[in-house]
Amino acid sequence: MHPLAETIQTRFPDGFLSAQEWRGDLAVTVKREALHAIGRFLKDDPDMACDYIVLVSSVDWPDEEERFEVVYEVYSIRHRHRIRVKTRVPEHDCYVDSLTDIWPGADFMEREVFDMMGIRFNNHPDMRRILMPDDFPEGYPLRKDFPLQGKGWRDTFDFLNEGAAS
Amino acid sequence: MGLIQIGKKHEKDGDIGVITLSLEKAANWARKGSLWPMTFGLACCAIEMIAAVSSRYDVDRYGAGVFRGSPRQSDLMIVAGTVCRRMAPVIRKIYDQMPEPKYVISMGSCATSGNIYDSYSVVQGVDRFVPVDIYVPGCPPTPEALFDGILRLQDQIMQKRVFTKQPEEVRPRDKAIG
Amino acid sequence: MAHLEDQRETVYKVDPANPETKDLPILRTEELLLNMGPQHPATHGVLKVILDLEGERITKSTVVMGFLHRGVEKLAEYGTYHQFIPHTDRLDYVCAMYNNFAYCRAVEKLMNVTVPERAEYLRTIVAEVQRIIGHLFWLGTQALDIGAMTVFFYTFRDREILLDWFDELCGARLTTSWYRIGGVERDFTDSLESKIRDFLAYFPPKIDEYVVFLEKNRIWLARTVGVAVISAEDALGYGLSGPTLRGSGVDYDLRKYESYGAYPKCEFSVPVGKNGDTYDRYWIRIEEMRESIKIIRQCMDQMPKEGPVMAEVPSVTLPPKNRVFTNLESMIQQFKLFSQGFDAPPGEIYCGTEAHKGELGFYIVSTGGGNPYRLKIRSPSFIHMGAFDYMAKGYMIADAVTIFGSYDIVMGECDR
Repeated sequence: MHPLAETIQTRFPDGFLSAQEWRGDLAVTVKREALHAIGRFLKDDPDMACDYIVLVSSVDWPDEEERFEVVYEVYSIRHRHRIRVKTRVPEHDCYVDSLTDIWPGADFMEREVFDMMGIRFNNHPDMRRILMPDDFPEGYPLRKDFPLQGKGWRDTFDFLNEGAAS
Repeated sequence: MGLIQIGKKHEKDGDIGVITLSLEKAANWARKGSLWPMTFGLACCAIEMIAAVSSRYDVDRYGAGVFRGSPRQSDLMIVAGTVCRRMAPVIRKIYDQMPEPKYVISMGSCATSGNIYDSYSVVQGVDRFVPVDIYVPGCPPTPEALFDGILRLQDQIMQKRVFTKQPEEVRPRDKAIG
Repeated sequence: MAHLEDQRETVYKVDPANPETKDLPILRTEELLLNMGPQHPATHGVLKVILDLEGERITKSTVVMGFLHRGVEKLAEYGTYHQFIPHTDRLDYVCAMYNNFAYCRAVEKLMNVTVPERAEYLRTIVAEVQRIIGHLFWLGTQALDIGAMTVFFYTFRDREILLDWFDELCGARLTTSWYRIGGVERDFTDSLESKIRDFLAYFPPKIDEYVVFLEKNRIWLARTVGVAVISAEDALGYGLSGPTLRGSGVDYDLRKYESYGAYPKCEFSVPVGKNGDTYDRYWIRIEEMRESIKIIRQCMDQMPKEGPVMAEVPSVTLPPKNRVFTNLESMIQQFKLFSQGFDAPPGEIYCGTEAHKGELGFYIVSTGGGNPYRLKIRSPSFIHMGAFDYMAKGYMIADAVTIFGSYDIVMGECDR
């Protein structure tokens, strides 16, 4: 196993689930309860020093019990390594602890994950939709059960008859 | 040319320095020569629109170079780029704010038909909620193509009736389209 | 940072016990809410910012975006890997070639394809040309927004030379789609090579010309020096990248540290700023243009004169066009690749590339089959906008334009 993954495993034996290394990328899967602590550890530990947040993303696996996967990728400028931290959440309890207090840049990216996938983040300062309007009626576009053309919202222009009525 | 005719029915005919023409044509000529577009870039086509204004192409040659920031000062809306559903009310509002006479050029495939973006958030053509005068194809159209669109719009303007009753303003179609 | 603290103090420190203010009549004060955009000439597209103002100072800003959200990530799941290349053009439309490059690199990493040497050089040259175009565009529009209009015409004049060059290379000025997975679509012609050499001689004096316009321009200096200061630590925490991050003094350039293309064979330096203000970001972009010229020159000299421009991996890469029209197997291969796509191995990769705005990354999850299962675009513009509220605090309304101009945002990439 990758030494970084080993460090995380020895430090968080309960939270650590597995580590994969593929095409030179290191990905660590952790329990979502431990995500915030591991994030804090990655940022503050001098051997990790992952001070740069690269991306927050999410993947939808509709056939699996824990349906959604939240992905954080962080980078250390000092040590020049990257780690991808992943965690799984079930659909009925779609909450993850926000990492905004560790990396403030996670703010917008987590909002985007909420907007596109419908995963909510605890302790997030401003949990609103970001790309779609607040009153978007159709749900979460990047879920696999959402049709590509949407459900008709793009073709309804509720503003058109406002002027005609008066 | 068609615009300026040296008439034969007036006492000053033949006088150098006097031209006679119908007032309607004069008004249209003035309108077509001072199309003020609105700075309204949505996406990729906006970059080509900027290029059309800049040093090499210089849209000013056709009188359409005074880009205004406010819809209330402009005659021409060049819808340059993908029209998303979230942007649609804004475009409509800007269109409504423009004073008559007003013209719309739909620049590029996205504004015309949605292009490759057949997705949940893209309106499949700006003509669904704003009447369009000229469609310019291309993804993005080159500045030359935009000029062609502007010249064709100028031809259209020359055909318009100014002092007789205009046909009813194009009403927006019903909301249940598509 | 000290400068920012001073400004904030003057805004927020109101001392009620101060006898001087006691005698003054009590004026009604209220916070002003200013709505900027989405139709605004200086927002570089359709961005809306709601500014809370105290006088002319910004106390809080709320960024509203999504006016150009086209659902690209969703569309990617419905097409093959090859079909996504034209979508990448339209992400950051100022800098289409680099998006192609970033995406093709990501898929090559997923498929484990090695690109032939000449193709690597061609890719690097074109990518650097695109970087120059991007920086020229930024310089012109940023100066225009700030009030120095002349530079705009000069940079656009030189940009057109390069766009003509692109036109000859691939038939399009902006949306190029020249890169392919495993190589490039076609080789340079001889005239292109001589044109790029001419440009290498022509361009460096022109950079000095722009600098003359701006370096001693008092308006430019007053509106960039000490504006939008962000410390290195904050910049990292906010995930800024590219010139915005390097302006704060962080030496993070993927071309150097996760080198790709022909960059490891070229010698170039990464300019790094000190103060983290808009002026430093401007300076970095100017220096990067000079470095790009160096890289292009080295690549032109080192490049092998002959060689394939596309990797020969029949299951992934496209056959050359002339073979498609003459050879049956190649035609079937082409048809299969475009109708079904290639079979990607299950797995996930992230691949970042240093575009001229910052780190442009693609995170691809594959479950096998011809379509990506999930494709996430890490676009620098989106992430830079996340820092806007923090960076705009305490500055004037007029500086808001400078601040998001200094990120070089493009909404197509920001909203995707």
